[in-house]
Amino acid sequence: MDTLLNISNLSKSFPGVKANDDISLHVNKGEIVALLGENGAGKSTLVKAVFGLVRPDSGTITIKGESIAYGDTAAAISHGVGMVHQHFQLVPVMTVTENIILGDEPHKGMFLSMKAARQEVIELSKRHGLEVDPDSVVEDLPVGIQQRIEILKALRKDIDLLILDEPTAVLTPQEIDELLEVMRNLAASGVGVLFITHKLREVMAVADRVVVLRNGKLVGATTPSETDEEGLAQMMVGRNVVLQVDKGPAKAGEVVLSVENMTVKDSRGHEAVTNFSLELHAGEILGIAGVEGNGQRELVEAICGMRHRTTGTVKVAGVVAPDMDPRQVHLMGVSHIPEDREKDGLVASYSIADNLILNQFNLKPYATKGIRDFKVRDAYAEKLVEEFDIRTPSFENLASSLSGGNKQKVVVARELTQDLKVVVAAQPTRGVDVGSIEFIHNQLVSARDTGAGVLLVSAELDEILSLSDRIAVMFGGKIVAILPGEGADRQYIGRLMAGLTE
Amino acid sequence: MKLKITRDALVPFASVLVALAIGAILIAAQGHSPVQTYHVLIVRGFESTAGLQATLSKAGILIMSGLAITVGLRAGLFNIGAQGQVLSGALAATYIGYRIHGLPMYIHIPVALAFGALCGALVGGFAGLLKATRGVHEVISTIMLNSIMAAIVDYLTQNQFRLKSQPNTRTPDMLHSARLPHIFGYPTGFVLAVLLAIFVSWVFKKTTTGFELETVGRNRSAAWYAGISVKKSIVLGMLLSGAIAGLTGGLFSSETTGYFVPTFYGGIGFDGITIALLGRANPIAIIPGAILIGGMRSAQSAIQFEAGVSPDLINLLLALVLFFATAPFLAKLIRSNSKSITTTSGWGS
Repeated sequence: MDTLLNISNLSKSFPGVKANDDISLHVNKGEIVALLGENGAGKSTLVKAVFGLVRPDSGTITIKGESIAYGDTAAAISHGVGMVHQHFQLVPVMTVTENIILGDEPHKGMFLSMKAARQEVIELSKRHGLEVDPDSVVEDLPVGIQQRIEILKALRKDIDLLILDEPTAVLTPQEIDELLEVMRNLAASGVGVLFITHKLREVMAVADRVVVLRNGKLVGATTPSETDEEGLAQMMVGRNVVLQVDKGPAKAGEVVLSVENMTVKDSRGHEAVTNFSLELHAGEILGIAGVEGNGQRELVEAICGMRHRTTGTVKVAGVVAPDMDPRQVHLMGVSHIPEDREKDGLVASYSIADNLILNQFNLKPYATKGIRDFKVRDAYAEKLVEEFDIRTPSFENLASSLSGGNKQKVVVARELTQDLKVVVAAQPTRGVDVGSIEFIHNQLVSARDTGAGVLLVSAELDEILSLSDRIAVMFGGKIVAILPGEGADRQYIGRLMAGLTE
Repeated sequence: MKLKITRDALVPFASVLVALAIGAILIAAQGHSPVQTYHVLIVRGFESTAGLQATLSKAGILIMSGLAITVGLRAGLFNIGAQGQVLSGALAATYIGYRIHGLPMYIHIPVALAFGALCGALVGGFAGLLKATRGVHEVISTIMLNSIMAAIVDYLTQNQFRLKSQPNTRTPDMLHSARLPHIFGYPTGFVLAVLLAIFVSWVFKKTTTGFELETVGRNRSAAWYAGISVKKSIVLGMLLSGAIAGLTGGLFSSETTGYFVPTFYGGIGFDGITIALLGRANPIAIIPGAILIGGMRSAQSAIQFEAGVSPDLINLLLALVLFFATAPFLAKLIRSNSKSITTTSGWGS
């Protein structure tokens, strides 16, 4: 078989971390290789080195036998490497055609030739079986299509190797299936595919080979036929992992959170949540399934008092919660694990200790008459770091020094170590390593078992299915169905998430 | 961790040194002696008693205006309008100083200064209110307020507050009871400014109010999520910043001039920006920078008389210091471990 990409003995250090430690791997023509690993394992660094975005310390990278200079993106592209980034690099207000041709526009003399560009995009999309409307504006399109545009952008340059960085993080189950099909077709046409993921299901479904990284080192290579999901998880984490959450039956009690006829607008002034009603009981986990952008963010923010409700009421244990007053809602016993921990959940330049009391720094015993008590804070922080297994040399370190999983543990520790009636957990394990996911799931279940109502909002269907006692599917700002968690059918929910009622 | 702090602290020193070096080249290019010029600067600014007294008097004012900017920066607000707030505070304090008779010194001075602070707070707070309620960026609104305040104090000084017996535009003299005394020729204002710096530092270190302001400054979304009223903090931040700027103006009138002429207050508010950035928005760390700039300002005219160099050199030096203290490339050069300036972006998380 023809070797397309060959990486040998590649190492790269960042201050204090060895991101890649003597890694060797190869990708053959027409082969799909999955690069599996936890957050911070060094997957992104490795592919960025291949694409020339990161300059390795040592080691060689060859493409089709030719050695590639360090940190030279142009060389990587001219050798036929294309990359689709985790965060799309699209201009939202431009059309599909404009986005695809951006950077290398067809022109007549000094004038842009839109007609030729449009024709080129249509042909490109036909050739690869990736259907797009060349005239749609990107921001109006679903995420799955946006990703398709990214792939087309990469394919336009006649590539031999396609790198996909966490391509499925934001897709619906159906969109994921489509993407996997696209990957198979590309491989069949001879393109080598290297894709980063931490989702085991996809690896099993599509990869020819799997390469596992842990703490910057290559810890194993295998094929899906030689192993199973449990085996992969174990390689990834380095110990046994329980993928299934261990939980007893729910003992649902009184209603602790009720939302009545609530309407909420998004930041652009469009209605995001429409006439929404919901009841959450003590001692249950109610999962809200749905593709991102169907009003979940606005729903969560409105419940927690962070976003204005146009109409409707929210009651916590029968008491009406105020609109636009997060502090008061929190005092009523509502904990909130926010969707975007970097933006909302943490102050990166504050210490772990300050982050652990971020929403109670003004309360006794952390402050008396407006003067803060650092001794109490430090003792509390020390206790939580221990209890929640936050991996850090000291609670005085900045939150920004933590890995994604440990950052999330800080948020979870803060939110679940308080008197609470309701836990609103939005995407609680997004971008979090397998070991931390297990831990956070157990914490949510134990919050349920101590009598709190847990509202779990997640775009990860697996997470919803494994944790929820009841499942509500949200689409277009409304709940389209409520099902029991026991024996829920993933395909059926997937269709509901995509807005299909049949 | 420790290493990083010392490297960060190097940036201001390096900026001053680089500015002085460039200044030396320019002085030499004009045919003067850089050594002699800087010698005059040191002697007139720091060595002679009179020079030191003038330096500390200026430094006190600069510490205060630096604090005004610092308080804003810590709350995530760039108060370009300190100049306008200084003017309003200065005129207000002067007015109380000459208009109200019969008060003992220990009441008259605080009342005059407090009134100056209040007027500065109103101007700053107005910009804060615009930002909190209408989303008007404080840089835009305070720049405009600078012009508005300059026009208002000009008008008042030419009309209602004018000392009619004088041909030039100025207010009457403040009464002796409103004039800040000197102790053995050394300015009291400097002591007040240092005390205020310690107080501001304490507020941000120890109080919940300081923590709220700082949290809003560092991450507005997280602050709102954690239950801190972002709008309130924005208004409070601008109010406090404006109050300190107003106090700065009042102090200057009371200690230095004794009456109000709009042109006296040249660049106090703008020098505060240089000082706050040089001190990395740390209330204590701005003190050395203020003393340095105070010294340069007080030796400004001596440079011309004794070394023959244009006094604009000082403005140039200050501009260079500001440029280098804020220019990221110099900071990066000092901070980065390796020889190359390139930093890698976003490895994992």
